[in-house]
Amino acid sequence: MTTETILPGPTRPGILRQVRAWWGPHALSQGLFIAALGLLVIVLASNTLATMTRIGITPGFDFLWRSANFEIGEGLIPFRAGDPYFRAILVGLLNTIKVAALGCVFATILGVILGVAGLSGNLLLATLVRWYIEAIRNTPLLLQLFFWIALAKSFPPPRAAISAFDSVFLTNRGVFVPTVNLVEASAWTWWLIIAIVAALVAGLSWLRRGHGLTLSRFGVLFVAGLVAIAIVLLLSDGRFSAELPVLAGFNIRGGASLTPEFAALLTGLTVKFSAAIAEIVRAGIQSVSQGQWEAARTLGLRDGQIMRLIVLPQALRVITPLTTSSYLDLTKDSSLAVAIGYPDLVNVINTTANTTGQSFEALAILIGLYLTLNLTVSAAMNLYNRRVALRGQAR
Amino acid sequence: MTDGFQTVRQANVIFDRLRRGLFGGWLNTSLTVLTVVLLVWIVPPLIRWGLLDASFSGPSGDCVAAGGACWSFVAAKLRFILFAFYPPDLQWRPLLVMLLLVALLVITAQPRFWRRELLIAWIVVIVGSWVLMSGGWLLLRVPSNQWGGLPVTLFVWTVCFALAMPLAVLLALARRSRMGGLRTVSILLIELMRGTPMVAILYVAMLILPMAIPGGQGFDKTLRAMIMITLFWSAYVAEVVRAGLQTIPAGQEEAATALGLGYWRTMQLIVLPQALRLVIPGLVNLAIGFLLATSLLAVIGIFDLLNAARASATDPQWLGFYDEAYLTVAVIYFVFCYAGSRYSRWLERRLGSHVRP
Repeated sequence: MTTETILPGPTRPGILRQVRAWWGPHALSQGLFIAALGLLVIVLASNTLATMTRIGITPGFDFLWRSANFEIGEGLIPFRAGDPYFRAILVGLLNTIKVAALGCVFATILGVILGVAGLSGNLLLATLVRWYIEAIRNTPLLLQLFFWIALAKSFPPPRAAISAFDSVFLTNRGVFVPTVNLVEASAWTWWLIIAIVAALVAGLSWLRRGHGLTLSRFGVLFVAGLVAIAIVLLLSDGRFSAELPVLAGFNIRGGASLTPEFAALLTGLTVKFSAAIAEIVRAGIQSVSQGQWEAARTLGLRDGQIMRLIVLPQALRVITPLTTSSYLDLTKDSSLAVAIGYPDLVNVINTTANTTGQSFEALAILIGLYLTLNLTVSAAMNLYNRRVALRGQAR
Repeated sequence: MTDGFQTVRQANVIFDRLRRGLFGGWLNTSLTVLTVVLLVWIVPPLIRWGLLDASFSGPSGDCVAAGGACWSFVAAKLRFILFAFYPPDLQWRPLLVMLLLVALLVITAQPRFWRRELLIAWIVVIVGSWVLMSGGWLLLRVPSNQWGGLPVTLFVWTVCFALAMPLAVLLALARRSRMGGLRTVSILLIELMRGTPMVAILYVAMLILPMAIPGGQGFDKTLRAMIMITLFWSAYVAEVVRAGLQTIPAGQEEAATALGLGYWRTMQLIVLPQALRLVIPGLVNLAIGFLLATSLLAVIGIFDLLNAARASATDPQWLGFYDEAYLTVAVIYFVFCYAGSRYSRWLERRLGSHVRP
């Protein structure tokens, strides 16, 4: 009698089997279908290339290094006519990032204020917020942008500027706001300030990990940080100076100026998405049942504590993913800049396509950059979302 | 007698709610005061502009002199805002298209009409309105660069959404299929579309499609835009449909397979009817967003409602009355979208269920 040795089999199926399982049923017809799709794409692409060659354009990305003979109204990095196209595109990309990032910040601030105001329990305020949100949500963003740009262009010339508290000026050449500058600071002052901020962040995260982050401890740390920075500044002769814009002759000097296009786009995006975020905040806070408020009150917690310790952590689980998609929508909608003349990515790409004729490559760059931007933002927000969702682990 | 008491009690309840809603606690009272101050600051100038200083008749010179809103501009240019450059003597055609589409939308909104005949009605109306707009057969041809205004907005919106629906169902099914290759293609297409702004898609329609399609130079712009918009919207619709598909327990599919139904029969008879029913409120919300998004057609120079409004204020006789023009179309958009969102909420309650994408 022979004993049969049972050998343990391979721990997992081989690569080929895995691929086969992933590919799934109907292997042949599926393959044919995808091949047909691929063929369609190839035919369309080769048609495009053929048309381009016929009208005398060499396909390829060489044009990026040719010099662009147009000016760009504004940018974070300098650009002059004659600089290469890739630099123009970079200017556009930075402009898009600038307006989208600021838009996200302001829309969040305004949206949270509106959302809380809507839930404040005050009938008049809640009704007003309700109608604001309905009016904003139910009209197109482009219409609102047209309105804002018309408004920005209709401001009086600098000499007769509308001013608020003599520090913000609304003129037809743009909006002038005060800036805060750090003057006369040497390099080591900067390094010390960075070190203090890093220490603050480290302290906060140390408190978070099991040492209990209370509001009072946070406050102590925050004040300590401010005092430290103030001491460093005092010792180093550096000081903050607020620079107010002033009317000088026919123009306004000093401060920071926002072009009418930028101001209109930023306002439009902020207003439109504040309505969306207000709705999200409201939905999030209302998703926590009333019973939890009552239970917490029975335990003797104050309203502020209930909000901070019980309602917000749960509401954030609803709010975060929805806000993420709002931010992504805002980034994509900043492309409407092209309609009001703000030199964002789409605007520059459009000019590039028109001046070089390389519309295929230009649009490929545009779509590639937007996909990258979108995937980056959604990856970052997913990371944050995981942290918010894991704590407490309700679902 | 009892009625009188009832009224008094109701008045008391309302009074009590108002008192607590406006003046309950010092915080609430100060909020009320602040809001009233805000309203006093904002509302009177608006009333002065819109009513007191406004002119309701007369040429544009009178409006400029009065300094307020120029409602006579709206009266004079309403035809242009609604129909733009469509030949005035053929105007009954876009008007009819508009009426047909709105009527069909109203019918479609009512659950008791949800049956097969409705699908046929949609196909007939879409084909019919295309013929009415562009002409052919017995009607005079009107090239699409003369189309404009509200009919274009409604036409592009409904037709693209209707065409995106079947495509979206296929994409959603492919994304959940066991076939890896098909799944990947679907995911790539959906994510590509959802990661790209609509403006970029419209530029593709305007600049790339004529080069990519043989003989595409003569292919008209509105049609090209509609093709790309259909593809673009189908990705968004697909994600909503997928959310619905995910709520159907796998047991139902397995049971159907056990009964001997094939994949398509299972989907058609069992899975899709339930899944689609669940996501209808979500689809209505999506459709509202799409109606607003059609305004982007202005970017590539198609005279939709918004672009027509903008063009109306460039008429030398009525130069620069942008505020009035934009306010007029804002009201039109608002009426459609507000009605849509109220309807979506009503439907949600009626169907008793709602799935978030």
